[in-house]
Amino acid sequence: MGTRASLLITCLVDTLFPDVGRASVTILERVGVAVDVPLEQTCCGQMHQNAGHPKDATRLMRRTIEAFKDADVVVSPSPSCAAQVVEHYPHLADRTGDPGLIREARDLAARTRDLSTYLVEDLGLEDVDAPAFPHSVTYHPTCHGLRLLGIGDRPQRLLRNVPGIELRDLPQATSCCGFGGTFAVTNADVSTAMMSDKLRAVQDTGAEILTAADSSCLMHMGGGLSRQRAGVRPLHYAEILAGVAR
Amino acid sequence: MSARWPETPVDFPKAAHETLKDSQLRSNLGHATTAIRAKREDVVSEVDDWESLRDEGAAARDRSLRRLDEMLVRLEESVTAAGGHVHWAADKESAQRLVVDLVKATGSDEVIKVKSLLTDELELNPALQDAGIHAQETDLAELIVQLGGDRQSHILVPAIHRNRREIRDIFRRELPGAEDVSDDPAALAEAARRHLREQFLRVPVAISGANAAVAETGTVAVVESEGNGRMCLTMPKTLITVMGIEKVLERWEDLGTIMRLLPRSSTGERMNPYTSLWTGVTPDDGPEEFHLVLVDAGRTNALADPVGRDTLRCIRCSACLNVCPVYERTGGQAYESIYPGPIGAILTPQLQGLDTAPTLPWASSLCGACYEVCPVKIDIPKILVHLRGRVTAETNASGKGHHAGAERLAMRSVARVMDSRRAYEAAQKAGRLGLSLMNNGRGARGALPGLSGWTGSRDLPDPERSFRDWWREREAGELEQGPDAPALPQAAQDPAARSGAAMPGTPGPEDALPTDVPRLHGEDRA
Repeated sequence: MGTRASLLITCLVDTLFPDVGRASVTILERVGVAVDVPLEQTCCGQMHQNAGHPKDATRLMRRTIEAFKDADVVVSPSPSCAAQVVEHYPHLADRTGDPGLIREARDLAARTRDLSTYLVEDLGLEDVDAPAFPHSVTYHPTCHGLRLLGIGDRPQRLLRNVPGIELRDLPQATSCCGFGGTFAVTNADVSTAMMSDKLRAVQDTGAEILTAADSSCLMHMGGGLSRQRAGVRPLHYAEILAGVAR
Repeated sequence: MSARWPETPVDFPKAAHETLKDSQLRSNLGHATTAIRAKREDVVSEVDDWESLRDEGAAARDRSLRRLDEMLVRLEESVTAAGGHVHWAADKESAQRLVVDLVKATGSDEVIKVKSLLTDELELNPALQDAGIHAQETDLAELIVQLGGDRQSHILVPAIHRNRREIRDIFRRELPGAEDVSDDPAALAEAARRHLREQFLRVPVAISGANAAVAETGTVAVVESEGNGRMCLTMPKTLITVMGIEKVLERWEDLGTIMRLLPRSSTGERMNPYTSLWTGVTPDDGPEEFHLVLVDAGRTNALADPVGRDTLRCIRCSACLNVCPVYERTGGQAYESIYPGPIGAILTPQLQGLDTAPTLPWASSLCGACYEVCPVKIDIPKILVHLRGRVTAETNASGKGHHAGAERLAMRSVARVMDSRRAYEAAQKAGRLGLSLMNNGRGARGALPGLSGWTGSRDLPDPERSFRDWWREREAGELEQGPDAPALPQAAQDPAARSGAAMPGTPGPEDALPTDVPRLHGEDRA
């Protein structure tokens, strides 16, 4: 009773992957968390920051801080956007020299985690009562979750408890898929070359499903799989845990 | 290395477009970097306190960089006291002049060189050539590059882009006495050895770089694998060492720390085969004359940038190249600089000026693998993002450059949309937001051709309903969907299953259209 979490849904999931948002709500409510979605949130500003526009990123940081000022815990289905809040907001705030903003940015950073960390560490759950998923699945650990946020194998620990699932190891798993936000457009050729190698590794596993924790990377890899008519289906791990995908 | 670097600014995407086509390069690099990565991981995992050793390495470098002026003066005093001569060069041209004059003063028109990144950065070989002095590279890989009229592609393994069959062909063509050499590595090494040995015995002047110099003792260090460096450092009468001012260390112990980090990070060895240390000159032992040329060439500019300055900690181990997924595919030559890979992407623009390499800070997906392995904990992704900001601000100010104008305005307009809930939701409904997100901030109308960067090789999802629309209706009690509602039809779950969905608004095949939430709602009521 009384466990509340506010969803940092992210502009990408909100706009392009609504099912991942619905899956996150489903899982959280299933384990007894009251979910709240502050609708004043838009974009965390990661795109602007990484493209070299820190002022715009700061503007969006102020907005995000305001949108979540009443949240106890902020949970995001995107480790990359969670990392923007946890790792980069404090630095962005420092640049402004505004003591109030610096305090608020650190405060929000301390209250924010990705979905897998919230489930496994805060709630102590590795089994979230997922319905059966009788498919072969390979998991790609996305870079910002792995290296910036340090989520480790938490998504895999959650997936291991899904009845019927068969998890297959991905060769060279920790190598970047080539998305990199605007990198996919500014360096499209290199991004595609990295993606090709990643997709070859995915297909070598023979898995039916490619899963990951970040919809952005899945959009990139899934977009490539689709173009190649590879017959491998991309799913966010929350979609598997929620049972919205069968 | 005889070629000069191109005069035009580095255009990484364009250069990479070419190098990515080279399947031999992709295969050579894939094999080589995979092997080096595995070796490094093995020997690093043997060290219990690797993370604290990295901290010590970073601290040792910072201690000297924070008081660089003082350290350099101490180094000059120690080297001079030990019988060496110290010279100062503010930029490339003065370094070239200094070295050319030092060689001319010996009366020799030949020099032998031990692999030195700095002398390549300074384009010293062409400058020597212009002065009628022939420079012979003695590092095996540098020799391959020099004979092939080629460019280095790796900090530590300059010919990493060549396999042994290609090397055999270069040797047969260019190396005296090697017309029939096979592609057996031992035979190739033997051919090079015969050629080089003669030069070691004859040429009276050597030029070297330096891995470090210790301020308190005046000791200079060169680390290498072949022994050819040792020959250069000990056989000739005159030794000229050219060193970047950032390489100085305060104390002897600091050198110990660096030597524990460097071989494991670079070649994946516990200890490198040859470590040469010398202090000034010693009568009847080694060179009679020792010159240390200390070069700035942009380093103090980097030092003045509070974020960028950490770049100067670099000990040139190349671990970041070996783990970089971008470098692994493009090879080093796409960076058009002596310093390729992640470290090159932050070092080159800082040393040579942002104008000369405005695209390099973008030559990264920010995956963070480089920072994870860096033995002196340079946060390369953070510095890349910082430099992107500088390029954006500075090129915008000048009204030209790669990332100026249109993108700046587009990014600002997306930020404006994102900073208003109403504008954001309107853009979602108009189906434009997804495009903007995937089009480097440009609106759908503004720069459609740019989108081919995305759709050239990938499809885009195009759901008809945002998450927040679903949430809002559920909150209003209009939807009777509980948390464990029945699954949507597969097509709605799987954007990639829809073919031809390259552009929002482009209808896909009828059976692949997403099932939108209102229709479900209607069915629930029915």
